[in-house]
Amino acid sequence: MARRLPPKDVVVVGLGWSGSIIANELCEEGLDVVALERGPWRDTASHFNIGYAPDELRYNSRQELMLHPAQLTVTARNDPSQTALPMRQFGSFHPGNGVGGAGVHWAGITWRFSPIDFRLRSHYTERYGAAAIPESMTIQDWGTSYEEMEPFYDRFEYLAGISGKAGNLDGQIQAGGNPFEGARRRDYPNPPMMQTFGPTLFAETAEKMGYKPFPIPSALLSRSYVNPLGIAMGQCTYCGFCTNYGCANYSKASAQTAVLPVLMRKENFELRTLCEVLRVNLDSTGRRATGVTYVDSSGEEWEQPAELVVLCAFMLDNVRLMLLSGIGKPYDHRTGEGAIGRNFCYQMANQVIGYFDPKAYNFNNFIGGGATGTAIDEFNNDNFDHGPLGFLGGGSTRCAPIGAEPISKRPTRPGSPTWGSGWKKAMAETYLSNLSVGCEASSYADRNNFLDLDPTYTDRLGRPLMRITFDFPENDVRMSAYVTKKVAEIVRAMGAQQILENPRTRPWSVVPYQSTHVVGGTAMGLDPKTSAVNPYLQSWDVPNLFTVGANVFPQNSGFNPTGTVGALSFKAADAIRTRYLKSPGPLVQV
Amino acid sequence: MRAAAAIPAIVLLLATTGPSKADSLSFETIEKGRYLAVVGDCVACHTQPGGQPFAGGLPLPTPFGTIYAPNITPDRETGIGDWTDDEFVATMHEGLGRDGAHLYPAMPYPAYTKATRDDALAIRAYLATIAPVKHAVVANQLPFPFGMRLNMRVWNLLNFTPGRFQPDPGKSAQWNRGAYLAQGLAHCGSCHTPKTFLGADKDDRYLQGAVLQDWLAPDITPDSRKGIGAWSEDEIVQYLRTGANAWSVASGPMAEEITNSSSHMTGDDLHAIAAYLKDSGAPTSEGSSERVAESDPQFTAGQAIYKDSCAACHLDSGAGAAQLFPRLAGSAIVQSDDPTTLIRMVLQGSRGAGTGDAPTSPAMPGLGWRLADDEVASVVTYIRNAWGNAAPAATAREVSDLRDRLR
Repeated sequence: MARRLPPKDVVVVGLGWSGSIIANELCEEGLDVVALERGPWRDTASHFNIGYAPDELRYNSRQELMLHPAQLTVTARNDPSQTALPMRQFGSFHPGNGVGGAGVHWAGITWRFSPIDFRLRSHYTERYGAAAIPESMTIQDWGTSYEEMEPFYDRFEYLAGISGKAGNLDGQIQAGGNPFEGARRRDYPNPPMMQTFGPTLFAETAEKMGYKPFPIPSALLSRSYVNPLGIAMGQCTYCGFCTNYGCANYSKASAQTAVLPVLMRKENFELRTLCEVLRVNLDSTGRRATGVTYVDSSGEEWEQPAELVVLCAFMLDNVRLMLLSGIGKPYDHRTGEGAIGRNFCYQMANQVIGYFDPKAYNFNNFIGGGATGTAIDEFNNDNFDHGPLGFLGGGSTRCAPIGAEPISKRPTRPGSPTWGSGWKKAMAETYLSNLSVGCEASSYADRNNFLDLDPTYTDRLGRPLMRITFDFPENDVRMSAYVTKKVAEIVRAMGAQQILENPRTRPWSVVPYQSTHVVGGTAMGLDPKTSAVNPYLQSWDVPNLFTVGANVFPQNSGFNPTGTVGALSFKAADAIRTRYLKSPGPLVQV
Repeated sequence: MRAAAAIPAIVLLLATTGPSKADSLSFETIEKGRYLAVVGDCVACHTQPGGQPFAGGLPLPTPFGTIYAPNITPDRETGIGDWTDDEFVATMHEGLGRDGAHLYPAMPYPAYTKATRDDALAIRAYLATIAPVKHAVVANQLPFPFGMRLNMRVWNLLNFTPGRFQPDPGKSAQWNRGAYLAQGLAHCGSCHTPKTFLGADKDDRYLQGAVLQDWLAPDITPDSRKGIGAWSEDEIVQYLRTGANAWSVASGPMAEEITNSSSHMTGDDLHAIAAYLKDSGAPTSEGSSERVAESDPQFTAGQAIYKDSCAACHLDSGAGAAQLFPRLAGSAIVQSDDPTTLIRMVLQGSRGAGTGDAPTSPAMPGLGWRLADDEVASVVTYIRNAWGNAAPAATAREVSDLRDRLR
């Protein structure tokens, strides 16, 4: 029996990027906020010691910052006819665990989604006709617009100190930036990062081919910076240990480096770590959340009553908590009805590796960072004519050497020996002279890709695991093949002697890492039949429940998701501060 | 009950008070006393971790043994509730306990003696308003012969000059206000002035830096190399108010001082202290000390370690980053004669002050687990002699000794 605690104004579930932003904003409003985090406390000084922060065995091989299956896992299958099995080791994606969430171990690439993303179905229908959208492709509009999102993107970029170059200032295209981006009111707070040889060669080659290269917007700071909360951040050292690692230099924006020093000082904020929320509690009408029940590290159950519940956990856990709590109608792929679990999407991670003459090319790939690099956007979203191509969508093409760690980065040319002295020789020749160019591409919703509760497997507390039913839709596979060919043209023009093309193909496998850009499941939108939350990220069914995370994306764009998650955090906080608190209740009537 | 207990204390206080210009019950007096108690940072010593404010019990290590700060809440049995004003003032001005026994100078009465009677009584008036806490503290648990308070009479004869602050008519009112605070209630010299073997201030080396509790309280004279002569008045104020400026980030006991005390002081008072520190007598250590040569093996070894373990934050140039990574090039604390704080930082790390105006609270990670004694000594020697810095070499023995003490 859970023991009941004194009530709070707000309970925030999960203290990563979105949880910390929401908590800080609501504390500013004077509310009494408690955050419950299932993992441990971590901060830069105590846990990302420069002497061991770049420990590849510890953080990459053994995944110290990530969720481990012993605590919680998911089941997965490719289609509804199969029986899903539990992931015994997280491979394809890596949910974070602990304060800062996945925002601790992220790479730092920070995009804005493009204006068409927010009205995707409308846009494609207008440009290519309704028939161009396959019957099973359940892409939809977000119920918001780029113009509405712009101020919130701006706030996130200034909070995190993003380093980049504007491509479109108030409608004026800026040389050196991304000409396809939506209009922004002002430039990034910090100038772009420096570029190593690989991204420089990529940009020069792309420009000669008529493309418009630009520096990747980066949450690794190009210079020391004090953000609007007064928190100082350091200058990136290009050490090459971002993805999978915490940053020892205060240079990678995260909840730790950009929010928590201020939030943790607030007297109206309380954090409880190692507390895993079991469910959202509802009153007898099922229309009002009364708080949450959680279990602490001793196995004690506690009920935390609250006026407002904000789910800010990893996207899979937000969806699962809504399913476990009986909020909204679970999605049924056979009928297409129900919004909770609908439109689960991923990201099409495509790659071309170029093998260059070792005598002439030395890319020093160990210098870099998760977001160092240059990009082009010609093959992203609807920046090119899809009319004759037979698919929709695209991706951001970028040359971003994230580092070349000593254990896992052992590149050899295709056809090289796989062991012994021949392998060693091939590895030594290739380590400095290979270069990868990726295309992180859109993932469009399909009616047979969804999330629900597993009928067989449970977690350590007896709750059903989340079940992922997912495979890459035909549309996305075609798109991947196309953009990968385009990327290969550039890599060839850069001077590669040999090329390896890795377009994403079916079936989706849970084993190799692709990205942690899983999205959807509780889409935002204007129609309660196809969305779980309204454009203010408020539950249609339980108006005192909001959820923030990539779970509200109706589908994924050809961009990394974190910039949009950060912007949505400010959007939800703004809605609560300026609308909900004045008149608690549904913010959108249908 | 608490309120009821406080009332007799106040009544008694009124009944026995000598003539005073201020009314001890007026808002102005109590508010002034609250502020001056912050300036004096009374709460820092008179509160134990997790304890009630001012209820005492904090162990204070001194060269002679450990002293326990007493309870100064208005509790009549275990606090100072039934003290007279004169008894309180005698403590502040003469270092006398209630029974006439001599206190140990862990209580900074050699500084507080500069405070006016009115200011002392304002603090008294404020302390009478806080909740009384019943908490008995045995202050003196020193071993013989230091436990004999009679010794302090001799100590005082040798080392203590009672007397109020005397303004210098040749200086501005601002300078005099700064001097009054810095020499008196703010008791800067208690940490920053070197001590004799008897624990008394070496007056001829006022504010030239001293080691206590294995921290170096650095030279804060206007000396341009070892002191803070290079800091502008505004930079001193920024440091005292926020804990961080372009030169440094406060850590250790100074971080506590800033958090508890100077971050709550008025801008006028901080500027006054800064003006005083910028002009507090002739810097005596001007001129460079002998420099360890760049060809010295310790220097070259230290340079390699610096590149590997330090340069990511403090940069190759030693410039650091404002409010985040303290500047090492030209830093006073780096070039102090005594390398204790530097060695300590490398061994153990430290968290910087976090204040409302500078909330980052960055920290230096400890590297003692991966650097041997001679490596720590080398990197410290390098830092003390790179970029135009000049200071004596650190030795592996110093590192080893400090490592033992910090264990």
